[in-house]
Amino acid sequence: MGSSRLRAAGDWLEQRLGLRPLFEGSAGHLVPSNASSWWYVFGSATLVCLVMQIATGICLALVYVPSADQAWESLQHLDFEQPFGWYLRGLHYWGSNFMVALMTLHMIQVFLFGAYKYPRELTWLCGCLLFLCTLGLAFTGQVLRFDQNAYWGLGIGVSIMGRIPLLGESLTSLVLGGPILAAETLTRFFSLHVFVLPGLVITLVVLHLRMVLHNGINEFPTRGRGVDPETYDAEYAELIERTGEPFFPNAIHKDLLFSAVVIGSILACAAIFGPKLPNGPPDPTLIDTVPRPDFYFLALFSVFALLPPYMETFLIVYVMPVVVLALFAIPFVSRSGAKHPADRPVAVAGVVLVMTTVMTLAVLGLSSDWSPHMDAWKSVAVPVEMVEGRSPLELRGAAVLQAKQCRNCHALDGSGGKRGPDLGDVATRLTEDQLIRQVLQGGGNMPAYGKNLSPPEVAALVAFLRTLSPADAAIAQNSADPLGG
Amino acid sequence: MSDEPREPMPPPALPPVTRRSFLFKLGLGLNALAAALVAVPLIGYVISAVVQTRADQAWIPLGSIGDFPERQTRLATYRNPFRVAWDGTTADIPCWVRRVGGERFQVFAINCAHLGCPVRWFPQSGLFMCPCHGGVYYEDGRVASGPPPRGLFEYEYKVSQGSLWVRGGRVPTLSQTV
Ligand code: FES
Repeated sequence: MGSSRLRAAGDWLEQRLGLRPLFEGSAGHLVPSNASSWWYVFGSATLVCLVMQIATGICLALVYVPSADQAWESLQHLDFEQPFGWYLRGLHYWGSNFMVALMTLHMIQVFLFGAYKYPRELTWLCGCLLFLCTLGLAFTGQVLRFDQNAYWGLGIGVSIMGRIPLLGESLTSLVLGGPILAAETLTRFFSLHVFVLPGLVITLVVLHLRMVLHNGINEFPTRGRGVDPETYDAEYAELIERTGEPFFPNAIHKDLLFSAVVIGSILACAAIFGPKLPNGPPDPTLIDTVPRPDFYFLALFSVFALLPPYMETFLIVYVMPVVVLALFAIPFVSRSGAKHPADRPVAVAGVVLVMTTVMTLAVLGLSSDWSPHMDAWKSVAVPVEMVEGRSPLELRGAAVLQAKQCRNCHALDGSGGKRGPDLGDVATRLTEDQLIRQVLQGGGNMPAYGKNLSPPEVAALVAFLRTLSPADAAIAQNSADPLGG
Repeated sequence: MSDEPREPMPPPALPPVTRRSFLFKLGLGLNALAAALVAVPLIGYVISAVVQTRADQAWIPLGSIGDFPERQTRLATYRNPFRVAWDGTTADIPCWVRRVGGERFQVFAINCAHLGCPVRWFPQSGLFMCPCHGGVYYEDGRVASGPPPRGLFEYEYKVSQGSLWVRGGRVPTLSQTV
């Protein structure tokens, strides 16, 4: 009796809402049974991150003040006074990290499984746009932290844009909202971060999902079987006919489990590591700062440090857009053929190559050895064994080495800047004449110190450097000198 | 199929203009016009930052020249001439002032010519060093080493009534120096 009443009530509602066809066309659509795979969980997990970002983002916007003179203070308030403020900031920060990471995994999986091939070219294109928009959200979000890193990070962004011929100047003003980074810059980025980009992302996600439903989820690839656009549609229809099952509730369990793990991880990371705190007020006159981007842009940051200078502008202005276009063009260039990764060694090698490069660059960016250690000259002492038993002249040289900021770029047995070579064994590599020449004239990425060192200082410095060699190593000698001379 | 001789086909006629189709087209046209009218102020509003309606540089005093000792380089700060009340600390722009001698100065932008990081002056070694990618400049702003493609950006300056003035107000980049 009770259940038939319930059914009647359900029917009554269904008659008015008409949800069943909607359900059958969406969550209940048929998927090939082999598409219920652990490999297929990254897309839905990215979507879950997006939902979390929207929820936490709306909450943060209730308190955050997007004004250049108060943004930083409002973050302090969020982090230390607002109940759960630090935790929501943590969730939003870690959510963004997870979203970028999962989206990347999703993209790699789609690429390796050949899922971008006929008839899913536009789905891939849409996904690429989503990727760019998400990175845009990551960058604009980093600016909203409006601290020293944000200020100088934007400065870096603007300098990059300034290298674009003809358009550079206009683009800079468009991004900054004027000729200089100021109040209007922050409100621009706020508007981009909370209105423009999320709106775009939501629209693109809808389109992306619509195409997934319309073309069907990619079947799990089979070795030796490729896509032939002539016959694919019929084959896919036949596969659905044979093995199709509704995504909800039959095939969704792995997505559900994985999403729960992802949410749990974000909650845990936010609880354990907390949010990324702003690193100092956005006061440009506080110049004792070493700007570093968030993780997703570290690889790019490294590229700019490691490229030979003559290639930089060329790479930024011409190569980067070509790389992005190439990403978009993949499904149109490789529209048919093998799908299984084992049949596509070049594709696999490409992914490995790209990911190794990006990760290596990012890890290098973490330590950024190319940056001078700006305080080493006054905070990193000369190791004791390098001054023990030295003559007064040599000790004077050690003092010159510190006072003239050499340590900012040169380490002594590992301590100090890493931009230049470690000087701990320099005596085994350079003769006295070579040392003098190098100090006075510079070269090989070292400034010339000729004008800023007096001859006695040079003599002392070189005398000290000549003592720097491991105990049993031979000292570099001028081969024209008589032995023992 | 019948064998009857068929009437010659009439030329394909345009669908007759009915009241309905006329109003449909009129409606489309009016809405397109309305959209264009809305777009003009919107686009104008957004790109007003690019289309320069006012000067983006102005003469700004940096202080009495007595504040800058001969043959030394000092950090100076000026307030952005085009600031708004809610700029906060971002309105204060630092720069390096080198008094070459007498009334001859060099005023350098704080931004590294490579990618804009703030360069620091080290009087002991007479060098500007950049914390980002290790660009180094000599005291006169020339590149000493590292990736910068040119020397430090230099402000135009003048000395008037015992004060040092610079022309500033925009962020220097390779496509538009200070
Ligand atoms: S920004 Fe100064 S060296 Fe790169």
